[in-house]
Amino acid sequence: MTAFIQHLIEQNRYQSTHLLAILRAVQAQYFYIPHEAIEQIAQQLDIPRTQIIGVIEFYSFLHLSPRGQYDLLISDSITDHLLGKHEITAYLEQQLHVKLGEVRADGVVSLANTSCTGLCDQGPAGLVNGYALPHLDKAKVDQITALINLQIPLDAWPQDLFYVEDNLIKAGLLLSAPIALGEALQAAFNRGLPETLSELDSSGLRGRGGAGFKTATKWKFCAEEANADRIVVCNADEGEPGTFKDRVLLNTYAHQVFEGMTLCAALIGAKQGFLYLRGEYCHLHEKLIAILAERRQAGLLGTQILGADFTFDIEICLGAGAYICGEESALIESLEGKMGIPRNRPPYPVTQGYLGKPTVVNNVETFMAAARIAVNGGAWFANIGTDTSKGSKILSICGDCTQPGIYEVPFGTSIQSILDDCGATDVLGVQIGGPSGTFISNNEFDRLIAFEDLATGGSFIIFNQHRNILDIVNNFTHFFAHESCGFCTPCRVGTSLLKNQLDKIINGHGSAGDVVALEELCQVIKKQSHCGLGQTAANPILTTLERYPELYQAQLKKISYEPGFDLDAALETARRLANRDDAGAHLAQIEES
Amino acid sequence: MSNKIRVATTSLAGCFGCHMSFLDIDERILQLIELVEFDRSPITDIEHCSNCDIGLIEGGVCNSENVHVLREFRKNCKILVAVGACAINGGLPAMRNFIPLEDCLKEAYIDGIGVENAQIPNDPELPLLLDKVRPIHEVVKIDYFLPGCPPSADVFWKFLTDLLEGREPSLPYELVHYD
Amino acid sequence: MNKTITIDGQVVPFKDGQTIMEAATEAGVYIPHLCHHPEFTPHGSCKLCTVNVNGRTCSACTFPAMEGQQILNDAKELNEDRKKITQMLFVEGNHFCPSCEKTGNCQLQAVAYHLNMLDDHFPLFYPHRELDASHAEVLIDHNRCIFCTLCVRASQEKDGKEVFAISGRGINKHLIVNAESGLLKDSNLEVTDQAAHICPTGAILIKHTAYQVPIGERLYDHNQIDQVSLNREKLQDEQ
Repeated sequence: MTAFIQHLIEQNRYQSTHLLAILRAVQAQYFYIPHEAIEQIAQQLDIPRTQIIGVIEFYSFLHLSPRGQYDLLISDSITDHLLGKHEITAYLEQQLHVKLGEVRADGVVSLANTSCTGLCDQGPAGLVNGYALPHLDKAKVDQITALINLQIPLDAWPQDLFYVEDNLIKAGLLLSAPIALGEALQAAFNRGLPETLSELDSSGLRGRGGAGFKTATKWKFCAEEANADRIVVCNADEGEPGTFKDRVLLNTYAHQVFEGMTLCAALIGAKQGFLYLRGEYCHLHEKLIAILAERRQAGLLGTQILGADFTFDIEICLGAGAYICGEESALIESLEGKMGIPRNRPPYPVTQGYLGKPTVVNNVETFMAAARIAVNGGAWFANIGTDTSKGSKILSICGDCTQPGIYEVPFGTSIQSILDDCGATDVLGVQIGGPSGTFISNNEFDRLIAFEDLATGGSFIIFNQHRNILDIVNNFTHFFAHESCGFCTPCRVGTSLLKNQLDKIINGHGSAGDVVALEELCQVIKKQSHCGLGQTAANPILTTLERYPELYQAQLKKISYEPGFDLDAALETARRLANRDDAGAHLAQIEES
Repeated sequence: MSNKIRVATTSLAGCFGCHMSFLDIDERILQLIELVEFDRSPITDIEHCSNCDIGLIEGGVCNSENVHVLREFRKNCKILVAVGACAINGGLPAMRNFIPLEDCLKEAYIDGIGVENAQIPNDPELPLLLDKVRPIHEVVKIDYFLPGCPPSADVFWKFLTDLLEGREPSLPYELVHYD
Repeated sequence: MNKTITIDGQVVPFKDGQTIMEAATEAGVYIPHLCHHPEFTPHGSCKLCTVNVNGRTCSACTFPAMEGQQILNDAKELNEDRKKITQMLFVEGNHFCPSCEKTGNCQLQAVAYHLNMLDDHFPLFYPHRELDASHAEVLIDHNRCIFCTLCVRASQEKDGKEVFAISGRGINKHLIVNAESGLLKDSNLEVTDQAAHICPTGAILIKHTAYQVPIGERLYDHNQIDQVSLNREKLQDEQ
């Protein structure tokens, strides 16, 4: 082990910023991070062991105790539930002889839930040792069981098990005409860099992650910083349940994304770039590394790019299972080899980002659009969309429709026309922008995809009339409690309280005051939380409570008060030990009147 | 029937310390007794609650009998008050919540030093223990909380005189203590 | 000309680079807080110091004071939220004040008294947490940790050590000790370290000092935290 880790640390040039990469490699090798490994890494990177333990305990894909040699994770996203996640998990448990959340006694296999894997259009999906397994069905489970029981190494598994489809259904402004290699950079150099930034400005392009900050303004702010050591970061930590467009963009349009990053570097004067790729997309890693190599070969990365006095390169950093790292300052912390905890602002990343350097963080789709704008000019882009939302939006459509997949639509497109496109009928409602977004009912399908109406990072989940809204809300609420980083009190404690309070109501133990208490709690979490995660964690409840108050009321008992726990179950241990089952050994949940 | 305010009190999983503290109002009890009449309470030995205005509950909920008593109080008292740390958050009895109930019972009745005729009591007359000690507001609705271990005599006095004189009860800084 | 902000109608001067909390403390305006301490880098995690700045909520301990800010601090709605956040801290851990030797000197308790918190409001978690009594002079009772990171920061910034860190995610957050065994006795903590004395609650305690001051005569038994805190922190600012 000592030699393995020594080699690993040398490969990572003794950089503590590479801690995540080092730990991922140790996890892959030993199925956990052994104590001795922590000691050795701490010593050689000259960081406290507590930083390493902190990181391991923060990220879902790193462990202090051994996982199975085959660590199977099943996506717990609502979209996987719609496609039969529950049944397939039960079948896996049965075939593999391991319970969800456990490691099989022989240590060969472990099974657990994981947050959305970004395979929402091809679920139920899972990961084996981090690699995506789309379209799980009984036949595949049988196949996987046999491979595991024979202990066939992962790289000898049939490749079709890992085949991830693009499902690119509708290409628009960007997807229909990708740029040629180097085209955007050449155009920018030809036009002049300041002129290109002006084009970007007049294009009206706003960040595609959902928040919608104007891209040219962000780049300009960063370029104006005194510190000339500037950084470009592409946020490919696409963790919002129901979103998968960045996976497709990086699978098929990676050149254009990297070109957009390089363009940004040229405009702001950056030498170093990072693609922060969510751990769930590690199946794309090697391919992306090859593309970067190709670009270096073509003189589009490295020194003297396109013969100009311009040096820039891109490194890929893999995440390790933490939704919060999609928040830009948490992402930067993670890039620095730390827990992904959102920073206090100000300072903003454009002034003090990665290692305190001015940093632009943008979404995959934003860089891709910027590259195209450098070629075609601002007016071309600004021509499409609405007054305040220019261009197109790439949507990840999933849930109850005949054709889930990627759809690019002009901003200002109505929900109804999107539903028509993807073959969704009998619709109950749509979750726009994922759990942190808005649930809209079927009275609101004339609303528009636009920053000024329904903003979305791309998640678009359709539910038909047979779906239970409270099940959906419950899934989302549990998701936030699981993904809260725990930094601030209202989110750390509040999301867990919210989960418990919603469970109480959904399980039929709520009384009149319980919905009031639920809403009060939602407001505190929303108002008081440190970052976007906490501020939106109550949205699933708030947006449905607003639209379907009667659904919540229907869950309540017609009594004034209901105990906060299961009284009779609380007597179970005592009953068993006293060997009693008489009437006095039981408690009714509500007093008989 | 007199038109005095009827007050009932009880101690669930508590130590009667709150009751003792209540009696520490000393000679003021003479004033109080002009205005209130005690119903079910360790002070009166009345076994069951009739209709009351105020119920004062000391202690948390640790067994099935506590649940029944608490329900009797809720049913009969217009205003139910959680008195003291144990009623409010389980208090010291709740420190057993970190030891599995099975271990507690085995230590006490089976494996403990000096145990004779080892068996876990199973007489149907005995209330069964809940797996955890709970605050009373997790079982019935509570209208007011008087913190303290115990709340001082002045807390009882201030609270009751506020209610008797028709004011919304409130405790000034000096009277709010958790210890 | 002096730059000023306005807190609850009171004009408060500030110097460039000061946070709202620093300006307020200097002017004798108390903003409730637990994770903030004037000697350490602001953390912004407990959220008790949330104030309303020109209609936006901000943490006073991290947000810079800027000319013309209209700030609400001692407002009913904010204090209600602060009370709920304090209640969250109480139900998240195991805070049995009657059995805690920090009682009366505890800032968590004092803030709760200040906010007139009479009950826990939320269901209690009763988490299972450990005690580390391994060190000869210092004790950690994890039941009472509120993750303010003051011990972490004190160890780093004042003691030049890295004895403490917060690990884990979400509701599973916990304090860890930098020792191969994970035990305090095997760390390089000394009883003279500021990190051993900074805990606002009874999570990190100095052994053999518990009842030197009787209950009833302790720091917050007769003085509210707003005055205690302002007196202490203004003094520290001036030094």
